[in-house]
Amino acid sequence: MSVNMNSTRATALAAAMAVSLGGVSGVAQAEGSLSIYHWFEYIPQELLDKFSAEHDVDVTMDTFDSNESMLAALKAGKMGSYDVAVPGDYMVEIMRGEGLLDSFEPAELSNFNNMEDQWIDVGFDPGRKHSIPYQWGSTSFSVNRDVFDGDIRTTSIIFDPPESLAGKINVLDSQGEVLALASIHLGIPQCTQDRDQLKALNALLQEAKPKWASFNSDGAKDVLVSGDAAVGMIWNGFGAKARNEGANIEYAYPVEGYIVWMDNVVLLKDAPNRDNALKFMNFLLEPANIAAVTNFAQYTAGVKGVSELLTDELKASPEANPPADAPAGTFVQVCDEQTQTFYDQIWTNLKK
Amino acid sequence: MAGFNPGNNASGGSVFADMRHRLLMPSWITIGVLLVIPVLLMLVYSFLTKEFRGGVIWEFSLAAYDQFFFDRGLFGDEPVKIEWTYLTIFARSIVQAALATFFCLLIGFPTAYYIATRPASTRAFWLFMITVPYWVNLLIRTVSMKFLIRDTGPLNHWLMQAGILSEPLHLINTNIAVQLGLFYSYLPFMVLPIYASVERFDFALLEAANDLYAKRWTAMRRILIPVVKPGIIAGCILVFVPSLGAFLAPDLLGGAKNFMIGSLIEEQFKGSAGNWPFGAAASMILLSLVLLVLMFYARSDARSAR
Repeated sequence: MSVNMNSTRATALAAAMAVSLGGVSGVAQAEGSLSIYHWFEYIPQELLDKFSAEHDVDVTMDTFDSNESMLAALKAGKMGSYDVAVPGDYMVEIMRGEGLLDSFEPAELSNFNNMEDQWIDVGFDPGRKHSIPYQWGSTSFSVNRDVFDGDIRTTSIIFDPPESLAGKINVLDSQGEVLALASIHLGIPQCTQDRDQLKALNALLQEAKPKWASFNSDGAKDVLVSGDAAVGMIWNGFGAKARNEGANIEYAYPVEGYIVWMDNVVLLKDAPNRDNALKFMNFLLEPANIAAVTNFAQYTAGVKGVSELLTDELKASPEANPPADAPAGTFVQVCDEQTQTFYDQIWTNLKK
Repeated sequence: MAGFNPGNNASGGSVFADMRHRLLMPSWITIGVLLVIPVLLMLVYSFLTKEFRGGVIWEFSLAAYDQFFFDRGLFGDEPVKIEWTYLTIFARSIVQAALATFFCLLIGFPTAYYIATRPASTRAFWLFMITVPYWVNLLIRTVSMKFLIRDTGPLNHWLMQAGILSEPLHLINTNIAVQLGLFYSYLPFMVLPIYASVERFDFALLEAANDLYAKRWTAMRRILIPVVKPGIIAGCILVFVPSLGAFLAPDLLGGAKNFMIGSLIEEQFKGSAGNWPFGAAASMILLSLVLLVLMFYARSDARSAR
């Protein structure tokens, strides 16, 4: 009998606790939740808190360090657990092709027309049915001016460096961007199927590798600040941050060309909180909100009315303002399966 | 080393004998769900057709193993040769893992011996000192190692201040840095099993050898080492196997310049290659290698037990 008594008492206690806990969490618990899959070190926490407070939504965020690892995680079973993700331009096209994106109507976002016109009809998402512009910028490299004072506006700094820079170069651990910049250096089209051009690309990387110190993406800023590398292939805003943290570096806009990219907030298929995802996207089309990201990450927004909200420091930043004579940048192209197989082999050859 | 074995003890262990299978169920389920099923899945995936950008198509294919062992040139139309790319990566990993095992043994054995021969009251302290750094996450420890050995880091600073070096010692992003990382990461896995063996060792045996005019080195070689050998072998396996698949040290300390097995496999799933069957095949080949090592251990263990 005593056993029964105990279990009855335990049940009552548990019920009481459940009630009291329920009461407590009822106060703290938000209306809904939002799950974000985002690049590392990019969005200020205060902005997430602001969204959370304005819309009474619990926000959780996981981060990734390359477009490819994000795709891999989503394909390996994370679909249905995130509402929005932040892929780069070519990755939006890939994800669209893989059927990983949900679509929305312009009417579902009251701020849809805040987008800058040039970013609405983009090749990777014509008419913006799945994504909104987030930030855009360039990928090139920064050079430590204490180590090298010559001309840095050439991709030779990475692929055929002067003696004084050999062994002091960090490149991004990102196949797409390294092969695209190498193609720009050689003056060959991206995703080429021409055998001689592919062989030249392979040979260029093989010759350049002994002069490279490391492959590192999430540490691309750190290696420049610490002095581990004198040259670092880097995204322009990340380069600006490295400079602000004390590195005496200059970001180059090479005459041969450089990479431009745009990160986008996409609505994922099977999003558990589609409404909150759209609220978040709409929130990020508000100039004041997206300007907070721009001021933090030091890239450029794709929304009208942001420029006057930027810090003076960013307005004058050499990373965000290409010199007048700089050529236009090139987007990374999505290669077909055959060419991608060659690219994978060239990349494995490089890192074997 | 019979120990407590309820299965052989029919009279005393009847309660446990009945419940034995049920009590073991959690272990069996854990092993089945977390070990056997994933490995079988991996085996199946390695024989499937790759899907572009990650994933598999459910059609039988030997392409992954073919890619591992045979080279048909960049465009796949040259005469078949042996593919050295992946064999080189495996060889590099094996050499690194073997060296890490060697250095861990070199440092770990005397350390374990020292601790085991301290008075019982201070042993706990020494073991504590060995394990404290390992309460910190491996990633953090590897990053700290990177800070320590970089050209402008404290190690070089001290060496140059002390006048030992005039130029900084360039360690970061070299294979030596990778080796240092592996050695440091896995040292306690060598010390602890050897300590456990030496602690149980009856030192009266060494005194007896001494009485019979054995030199110290002979006594060590013919008496101590054979007795503590299971601990040494266990330590070697515990260092060698994880070193073989390590990818943090090569990525962070080696600058991700030269693939080791772990980073090669990671690239197939997380990188742009997105070739899951090939990643699975490389994992299966790695697993076979590890099994070979363990079989070697089991055989030498059986021999020493005889």
